[in-house]
Amino acid sequence: MTTLILAIVLGAAFGTVLDRVGATNPGYIIRMLNLTDLHLMKTILLAIGIGSLLMFGGLLSGIVNVGHLSVKGAYAGVFVGGLLLGGGFAISGFCPGTGLTAAATGRKDAMFFVVGGLVGAAAYMGSYAWVESTGLLESIAGGKSTLGQIAGTDYPAFFGSLPGEITGIVLGIVFIAIAAVLPMRILNR
Amino acid sequence: MILSWKTGGVLLGIVFFAAVLLVKPIGVSTQFVIFDGILWDAVSPDVVVTSETAKSGYASPNAYLNKSGGSYAKNVANPLNYSFVFVIAMIVGAGVSAFLRGGVPAEERQMPAVWRENVGGEPWKRYLGAFLAGVVVLYGARLAGGCTSGHMMSGMMQTAVSGYIFTAGAFAAGIPIALFMFRKRS
Repeated sequence: MTTLILAIVLGAAFGTVLDRVGATNPGYIIRMLNLTDLHLMKTILLAIGIGSLLMFGGLLSGIVNVGHLSVKGAYAGVFVGGLLLGGGFAISGFCPGTGLTAAATGRKDAMFFVVGGLVGAAAYMGSYAWVESTGLLESIAGGKSTLGQIAGTDYPAFFGSLPGEITGIVLGIVFIAIAAVLPMRILNR
Repeated sequence: MILSWKTGGVLLGIVFFAAVLLVKPIGVSTQFVIFDGILWDAVSPDVVVTSETAKSGYASPNAYLNKSGGSYAKNVANPLNYSFVFVIAMIVGAGVSAFLRGGVPAEERQMPAVWRENVGGEPWKRYLGAFLAGVVVLYGARLAGGCTSGHMMSGMMQTAVSGYIFTAGAFAAGIPIALFMFRKRS
């Protein structure tokens, strides 16, 4: 029951913030990708930086339970899937989360995106056995690996000698710095 | 009026952190599979069955729903689980937020201005484009094992190597395609 209350509170907060930063507007996503308005790029980079700082700071101070981390596996399909997602992301201005939330704000094109998304997910369910046979899902770069070694986890470290928590904090600062120095636009069209 | 990148970025970062602090990292795209599974199971009930040998207690003849000890099959059978309710709440939260800020203008609801400027104003073209993009985006997200939320944001925040690989792929395709398709700024 507690878990479901947390799901409602965190989900509602996430949906609200996505809407308020402009991520439910596909125009901002398209103009991020055609480099004419980097508002969302700066927002995302800052969010990753803040999230990383708080999370790794929380791990070092013992506030965050290391068991709550969940690192996804690395395999060639991650890159191929990223390419496919990036292509559709650019054409539509939607990703899975912003497509659903944009539809909730009344955008009709987002509703078409969501229906397409259900078809695409079903197509993956149908072709999973074939995808597996291609070898695209075989682990690379250590599989469920992190850049440094995070204490209390069995995630392999990509750079074996790096302490994972400090790496996370340093990268958090780097992400924030990039967010700050990135111009609001690269191209003027 | 949208939040500045500073305020918005801090708030978004706090939400991603709070999710890890309290439960687990945020992810969205898996729930498209779970919803498909619920629909499919409603039409043909043998898509998800209880199983004493499966780790999750559920199994499916579909290899994808059956993977990882039937964990997706279990969530299809029990939609009131954390991840599914999270996504429903996300949808409701965005809807309420948009309503409170006065909603989206009727013309903008069909397509964003940058599309109208570059591709043209016929709604069917935009709807077809969005539908096809949805197919490709979710196929890609499931192949990658996550999307912008799970891989790019939650992943890079945890220094996951997979998050960097995914993000490299997404921008390697997304930026050139957007540069080519959207040459005029709205």
